[in-house]
Amino acid sequence: MDILLIILTVILIAGALNTVRSKDLVAAVISGSVVSLIASIYFYLLQAPDVALTEAAIGVGLSTIIFMITIRRTGRMEE
Amino acid sequence: MIYYVAAISLILIGIYAVLVKKNMIKIVLGLTLIDSGVNILLVSLGYVKDKTAPIFSNPTLTAGDMVDPVPQALVLTAIVIGVAVTALALSIVIRIYDHHKTLNINKIRELKW
Amino acid sequence: MRKAIAVLFLGFIGYYLLSTFLLVPFGVVRVLEGVGLKYLQDGLQQTGAANLVTSIVVNYRGFDTLGEVTVLFLAATGMGALLYSKRPTERARQNASVIVKTGARILFPLIIILGAYVFIHGHLTPGGGFQGGAIIASGFLLMFMSYRTYHVNHVILSRVESSAGSVFVIIGLLGLAYGSSFLANILPLGTANTLFSAGVIPLIYVAVGFKVGAELTALLDTMLQTVK
Repeated sequence: MDILLIILTVILIAGALNTVRSKDLVAAVISGSVVSLIASIYFYLLQAPDVALTEAAIGVGLSTIIFMITIRRTGRMEE
Repeated sequence: MIYYVAAISLILIGIYAVLVKKNMIKIVLGLTLIDSGVNILLVSLGYVKDKTAPIFSNPTLTAGDMVDPVPQALVLTAIVIGVAVTALALSIVIRIYDHHKTLNINKIRELKW
Repeated sequence: MRKAIAVLFLGFIGYYLLSTFLLVPFGVVRVLEGVGLKYLQDGLQQTGAANLVTSIVVNYRGFDTLGEVTVLFLAATGMGALLYSKRPTERARQNASVIVKTGARILFPLIIILGAYVFIHGHLTPGGGFQGGAIIASGFLLMFMSYRTYHVNHVILSRVESSAGSVFVIIGLLGLAYGSSFLANILPLGTANTLFSAGVIPLIYVAVGFKVGAELTALLDTMLQTVK
């Protein structure tokens, strides 16, 4: 159990760092959705299934799509 | 305990993105990272070891077997508000891009005085 | 220089946050005093809802949820005002492939039924109006992505949205008229863990589900109209 938690945390922090570091905005947004997905697994492990369901539907799905539409409208690369 | 470390590192990475990055979409992404970090921190403060979720799905469950439901209700509200605020911020970003043809905040002269 | 100052600032904030929260023990019983224990002990008898998070969100903190729905409505209205353009850009995207189109046509009703299940059973299982509304909006998103000509009627969406919001307020006012306070429970509680239980909670959550689903669908359609 602890091993799984440590692996999840490493993926979470690496995803957050890649969100900030990446020059490609699409890669940054996908890393951000990975962070939301791991947060959803965290909520499930913390015995909060309501919050996990909300984060999975809204944080991983809709939020990513809204960012993607904005990137499609503006520019893909960060200058 | 590891949940606290993860949540605080998410908050710090998000603040770094808001302070240092020049691209406006990156700044909004940093705000959503801070949002996730605060949500994880609140839910982990309500967790109690070896207790189950606050749902009386089984008649044998009693009130003493459950984690604190108040932070979960609070975070449920916060997530939904968060996506609405993100969508509004991104539509403002689209409008600024239409006007200035750039997302770099250093090139938008009207923001300086 | 700017990065160095930012890192210094972050070190300062991080040190104080960590040194504060490491003093808070993780996973110990902290609900012995205060409002959490009261909800845990009396929630099932007072509201009749098996899911305590639902009974807090809709019943004990129902006024808060009304404010939350208002914030969602204001955000959708603000987006519509910001992204309004006189001549809407024609969607020049290609249709998706046959596999995606056929799959979307089969999956769309199932996704809508899943969303309806999630918000109708909000007082029994994890889930509720917000989650079910988000699932319904993602079903519509699948159709937007698959069919170039698929569009929703904004008049119907805004009618659904405003009538669902009105139902919420009317249920609250009925509680004020026949019960003790705004959003008070005026219906019989029934037996817990059955579908027809918990008084007004399922009615309010169904209204919230319709409202959130219509709002998020309108929000996605508004944003998709801005891209070519």
